[in-house]
Amino acid sequence: MTAAAVKPPFWVLAELTYRCPLHCVFCSNPIDYARHGQELDTGTWKRVLGEARALGAVQLGFSGGEPLLRDDLEELVAHARGLGFYTNLITSGVGLTAARARALKTAGLDHIQLSFQDSTRELNDFITSTRTFELKSRVAAIIKDAGYPMVLNCVMHRFNLPHVGRIIDMAERMDADFLELANTQYYGWAWHNRAALMPTIDELRDAEAIVMAHRQRSNGRMKILWVSPDYADARPKPCMAGWGAVFLVVAPDGVALPCHSARMLPGLDFPNLRDTSARSAWFDSAAFNAYRGEAWMSDTCGSCDERERDHAGCRCQAFLVTGDAAATDPVCPKSDHRDRIDAMLADAGRRAAPAAPLRFVPGASQGGGLVFRGDAMSLALSDPVATRDPCPVIP
Amino acid sequence: MIDSASRPAVAPMYRLQFEQAQDAWVLLYPEGMVRLNMPAAEILRRCDGRRSVDEIVGELELAFARSALRDDVHAFLAQASDRGWVMQ
Repeated sequence: MTAAAVKPPFWVLAELTYRCPLHCVFCSNPIDYARHGQELDTGTWKRVLGEARALGAVQLGFSGGEPLLRDDLEELVAHARGLGFYTNLITSGVGLTAARARALKTAGLDHIQLSFQDSTRELNDFITSTRTFELKSRVAAIIKDAGYPMVLNCVMHRFNLPHVGRIIDMAERMDADFLELANTQYYGWAWHNRAALMPTIDELRDAEAIVMAHRQRSNGRMKILWVSPDYADARPKPCMAGWGAVFLVVAPDGVALPCHSARMLPGLDFPNLRDTSARSAWFDSAAFNAYRGEAWMSDTCGSCDERERDHAGCRCQAFLVTGDAAATDPVCPKSDHRDRIDAMLADAGRRAAPAAPLRFVPGASQGGGLVFRGDAMSLALSDPVATRDPCPVIP
Repeated sequence: MIDSASRPAVAPMYRLQFEQAQDAWVLLYPEGMVRLNMPAAEILRRCDGRRSVDEIVGELELAFARSALRDDVHAFLAQASDRGWVMQ
């Protein structure tokens, strides 16, 4: 595919840091994040943002890790806003005082997306392995008081799907503009914890019915996005709207990626924006061109009527489940590997629902059949001399 | 129904700006963008909370040397209001 046929990025996700006070069991950061290099400094981020904006990017997310841990966040927001970006802060809420919310508003921040893990303190605190439920409730009020549009994001899994009605009620009470019910996507820490997080198809259908009923009842005041649980829906998602099509992730160390998790794919050398321009990385790098267009697709995808809608689904999912990043997304009924997805769902059906109560234990690295995201666990799971594979391909 | 005397403004959730790369005015909102056609952009640019609907109609008729734009402006504003783009 020639550069002329490739459109510029629309979305830039600036992962400012992998540092995070939370230890979420479904974190989308790489398992081996603790081994990654130094964070970009303020000046380099400004240059990178300027280059991305010059390409035509419009939406900018400040993410992480927890972006509020960067004390230059206000300076980066002001720079980005000056460039004309629409600026989104994607945060756990930890560190967002009323004073900082106002300072960010003055700097030009447009919108805040706040994560919640559940409608109950017990489960929120267990899943994050922190005492953060009350703090998040206070932060939601701070965000609204400061006049921001607010999106609440809640990652959904076996533990909190039965609470979906109460999560919707909580978001309404907090006056959220949008509620994103993000069914777990199995990459990074979520992939590692998939056996415990995976709901049954019935649990998903029950929750979805509650969402649909609420949509009809509420007449659209608070919009709810129900992210498709693609294993159960058996329909490949148009991942990132296509590889290198609209989405540019910049990792804390400056590596440019087409999505949060592509870095673990073998055989791809992703450019680092410390020494490569955003333009060159986006248009010219072999890694960004690897899965553009249709030439790389399997016969199954290349001849499928859905290929322009779903772009053959997700490369990371294909790799994790089949061992081949160019394979048909295994959630697709046409995939030769769909049986592996069905086996995971069947396994969830055979497991008993998690035994209550799940209690937050300070400093715990594991609990309830889950490992918590954290530096020590990251180093242990990605030890290059250990024999275990951090992301084993399902046999 | 749009009140001719009301003074519509772009809702706080949205930001209106010209995008060089799109060669168009756009409405930006959390994680998204609407690309506006020329008439929509010309109306929304004037929704500043100070001009009344009647004044917007008058300005547009003058700027584009057209008459009887009232129905078009009202129809667009009703739609924009339904979508939450403007507040009256």
